[in-house]
Amino acid sequence: MKLLGERGVQRLLAGIAFSAISALLLIALFIIKEGLPFIIGYGPAKFLLASDWNPQLGRFGIWPMIVASVWVTLGAMLVGAPLGVACAAYLTEFVPRRVMGVVKPTIELLAGIPSVVYGFIGVMVLAPLIRSSLGGPGLSVLAGAAILGVMILPTIISISIDSIQAVPNSYREGSLALGATRWQTTYMVTIPAAKSGIIASIILGMGRAIGETMAVIMVAGNAVKIPGSPLDSVRTLTANIALEMGYATGRHREALFATGVVLLVIIMILNSLAGMAIRKRAAKR
Amino acid sequence: MSNKIEIHKLDLHYGKFQALKAVDMPIRERSITALIGPSGCGKSTLLRCLNRMNDLIAGVKVKGRVLLDGQDIYAPGVEVPELRKRVGMVFQRPNPFPLSVYDNVAYGLRVAGLRTRARTAEIVEKSLKGAWLWENLKDRLDSPALELPLDQQQRLCIARLLAVEPEVILMDEPCSALDPIATMKVEELMMELKKDYTIVIVTHNMQQAARVSEYSGYMLLGDMVEFGLTANIFTNPADPRTQDYITGRYG
Ligand SMILES: Nc1ncnc2c1ncn2[C@@H]1O[C@H](COP(=O)(O)OP(=O)(O)OP(=O)(O)O)[C@@H](O)[C@H]1O
Ligand SMILES: [Mg+2]
Repeated sequence: MKLLGERGVQRLLAGIAFSAISALLLIALFIIKEGLPFIIGYGPAKFLLASDWNPQLGRFGIWPMIVASVWVTLGAMLVGAPLGVACAAYLTEFVPRRVMGVVKPTIELLAGIPSVVYGFIGVMVLAPLIRSSLGGPGLSVLAGAAILGVMILPTIISISIDSIQAVPNSYREGSLALGATRWQTTYMVTIPAAKSGIIASIILGMGRAIGETMAVIMVAGNAVKIPGSPLDSVRTLTANIALEMGYATGRHREALFATGVVLLVIIMILNSLAGMAIRKRAAKR
Repeated sequence: MSNKIEIHKLDLHYGKFQALKAVDMPIRERSITALIGPSGCGKSTLLRCLNRMNDLIAGVKVKGRVLLDGQDIYAPGVEVPELRKRVGMVFQRPNPFPLSVYDNVAYGLRVAGLRTRARTAEIVEKSLKGAWLWENLKDRLDSPALELPLDQQQRLCIARLLAVEPEVILMDEPCSALDPIATMKVEELMMELKKDYTIVIVTHNMQQAARVSEYSGYMLLGDMVEFGLTANIFTNPADPRTQDYITGRYG
């Protein structure tokens, strides 16, 4: 500290913060610079909506991957959102504070498990289970959705817990004093009062699910086709980039960058939606 | 008139701290009973015993009996939500739910499982009328309750309570967040409500107790020092400690 002085430390921190932000910006700009010209040159409609992806023949329609990403993500939300919100509500409303003090950090620790581990469990346990009990190849939309649904739980649970805890106690008392049970109070008053925070948590979870790569590559099967059922194999946008970037050159490579641009746009939209939900909550207080 | 509630030898501990000491008190049916006493003497605690809101606080131990129509509400097997439907509560700070006016009043009905629209609308109207809010709010049933002025919020909380048709209404300093005019309105409303309901009110305001209540209990450090007709307590208290408080030498 002495060496730099208060001023120096401040400048150093500012410099670090600034370089981190500029690194992010540079990455985004780089992806856009590499990908955008391709989208314009190839034709946005053809790129986004055509269903054949065949780099050898110069065909770059990413529609199947978009559909796959949407299916897998929606499936993950179907698994993760109700489970995560229910879990958060249970922990905040029905479990003593002491227990909560142990459980919440544990849940946040789950967020740190590498996605390859989730993928591994999906391949070893879930996919065989699906194959033997429901049929199909096992590596499928369903497997991807289930694994992602679990992976986004920590995000949904911990943000939902924060917003449920922020609900004023007077609402709960008012409800209980009218003869509501704790369970009725939770789903009729507390959860609706925490709505915007919960929605934000779900949108952020959705962003994670769309962007997740390793686990989906391992469990979703990676076939480039529009899935006919949840038991079909699919390849998501992220998986497509990760699988082909290693050897892609020329137009193929540009097409992958363009896929990245599409992802970037989707995630930016989701994050600003989440931001809007959170700000709405702040404004209400 | 008979006793709606009888409190017998009620002890309450918050952990090791004894907040109520062998409190005895009757509460007459269809009348207003006031609990008075200096800050921290246990008025709110006693009030919250009557609908078992204290159950929500960890480490609370209650001993003694509270009879509602002769039945001990602390007996094993008592359904607490059912009890709270019979003994409703209005809080110090108005606490309407972040819902519309209509949904606030309909809340208790939904909780009780009433599903028919027409019947709900009927009861909502009746309850708002009962709390003298219908004329003000009948065109704004969809507006958010939290946007109402405070006194309307408090009366909305009363309307919300009337909808579940309680027998007893507990009020913990219901006017302390209100200005004098709004306070008067709520007091008038209480005088009207006592025709149908048994009311217990905690108040810091001596004049208010004198104006609205028939019976008063004076509490000090967890003891019920004196209980009786308000007129007697205020003009001719039996206990010198009550005398000190009434004449303003205390609190
Ligand atoms: N949750 C609690 N835990 C521990 N002690 C409590 C709790 N609530 C109240 N007490 C204590 O019990 C005593 C009585 O409190 P209570 O709130 O009933 O007083 P009161 O007469 O309503 O006071 P006021 O007029 O300030 O509202 C006080 O000494 C208070 O510190
Ligand atoms: Mg009090």
